[in-house]
Amino acid sequence: MANKESPIKTIVVAVLLSLVCSIVVSYAAIKLKPQQQMNKALDKKLNILMAAGMVENPVAADVASLFEQVEARVVDLASGEFVEAPEGFDQREFAKNAATSIKLDSEVDLGGIGSRSKLASVYIVRKDGKFDTLILPMHGKGLFSTLYGFVALDSDLKTIKGIKYYEHGETPGLGGEVENPLWLAKWPGKEALNDNGEPIITLVKNGADETTEVDALSGATWTSNGVQNMLHFWLGDNGFGPFLDKVRAGGL
Amino acid sequence: MAFDKQEAKSVLLSPIFTNNPIALQVLGICSALAVTVKLETALVMSLALTVVTAFSNLLISLIRKHIPSSIRIIVQMTIIASLVILVDQILKAYAYEVSKQLSVFVGLIITNCIVMGRAEAYAMKNGPVMSFLDGIGNGLGYSVLLIAVAIVRELFGSGKLLGYTILNPVSDGGWYQTNGLLLLPASSFFIIGLLIWALRTWKTNQVEDKE
Repeated sequence: MANKESPIKTIVVAVLLSLVCSIVVSYAAIKLKPQQQMNKALDKKLNILMAAGMVENPVAADVASLFEQVEARVVDLASGEFVEAPEGFDQREFAKNAATSIKLDSEVDLGGIGSRSKLASVYIVRKDGKFDTLILPMHGKGLFSTLYGFVALDSDLKTIKGIKYYEHGETPGLGGEVENPLWLAKWPGKEALNDNGEPIITLVKNGADETTEVDALSGATWTSNGVQNMLHFWLGDNGFGPFLDKVRAGGL
Repeated sequence: MAFDKQEAKSVLLSPIFTNNPIALQVLGICSALAVTVKLETALVMSLALTVVTAFSNLLISLIRKHIPSSIRIIVQMTIIASLVILVDQILKAYAYEVSKQLSVFVGLIITNCIVMGRAEAYAMKNGPVMSFLDGIGNGLGYSVLLIAVAIVRELFGSGKLLGYTILNPVSDGGWYQTNGLLLLPASSFFIIGLLIWALRTWKTNQVEDKE
């Protein structure tokens, strides 16, 4: 065998090592993927329930049985009508695909998301057969990342029941405080929309007094702006606006 | 290579107190500050680091005679990185909540000086069995400090241990006024400092000579 310091030996070792390591890593990634996706799906459900204020203790919650109260539907955002969910519907994938999404002009693209899926998931909770809570997914740019979350509206379609973010890459301790339960607790009871169905919720500095104001996060102006913008986008005409109009007119 | 029981014992146990990677060598502080708010995350992190250090030492030691010195650091990094990805994937699959809390810190084990330091300083020169023990020993040394810090922080910071309430905090109608400082990363600096002080008072040979 050649001297271990020779260039050939060096290349052989490097190639072999990379090969072995990449095989191990990819094998693990593929093998564990189903389990990880299951966790992710479960986590998303938990966040939907938490946005609606249906979970007291997230650690001990039995997500699967609680989620049975939630009805997942898909709506066409432009018309506001319910549609049959396409096979393997994934809103994020749909938003990337030109055929299943619409491009957003910069004037209307408050969330800074570029394009949005034509279809969107909505989650409906009924209590004793009556429509109780509507949970809408939302996402938009913060400072460093796109934040993904949910906003839950009361049956009057104006009052916020809660919001929750389940995925973001904001700075821990600053923008990352969108996850802080103390901040999230400020949201229930706030008014997101006025009587005409226009988004009016704002994040303010120096203390929120009105029912349409929520304290912005200290040290995280951009993330706070992002939260406000994505709420205005998704509750507005280019988001769930038409759907909310339909629900307001005809109920659920 | 002859297996020396005495040496094996010292390799395994000396990093815990006499040559602790955090307290004496002051390595791996970054994660020690970040993941010690709760005992649970500290335990998982300790386990993850111990596993990675042990197996990276083992694997590097096994192929140490074939590693060209010009690319040895890259080879070590590749092995360590693969192991860390493996651990990260397993955590995501079987301990999703904890892996979310640990977030980037599992990934950052790759750059943890303890892993790299042991690979370069020990595994490159010693046999696989001893290297494996050395990895476990250093992992334990890291764990001991991490767990000690986490116990102090969780118990006095939020009145709990592993999520079970020990000291009933005022916020839940109890009597214990929680110490918010302990929930902030800076507090682990103080605790680690105090632990190092205590350790050096006990083992005076760790005190550095006056310059």
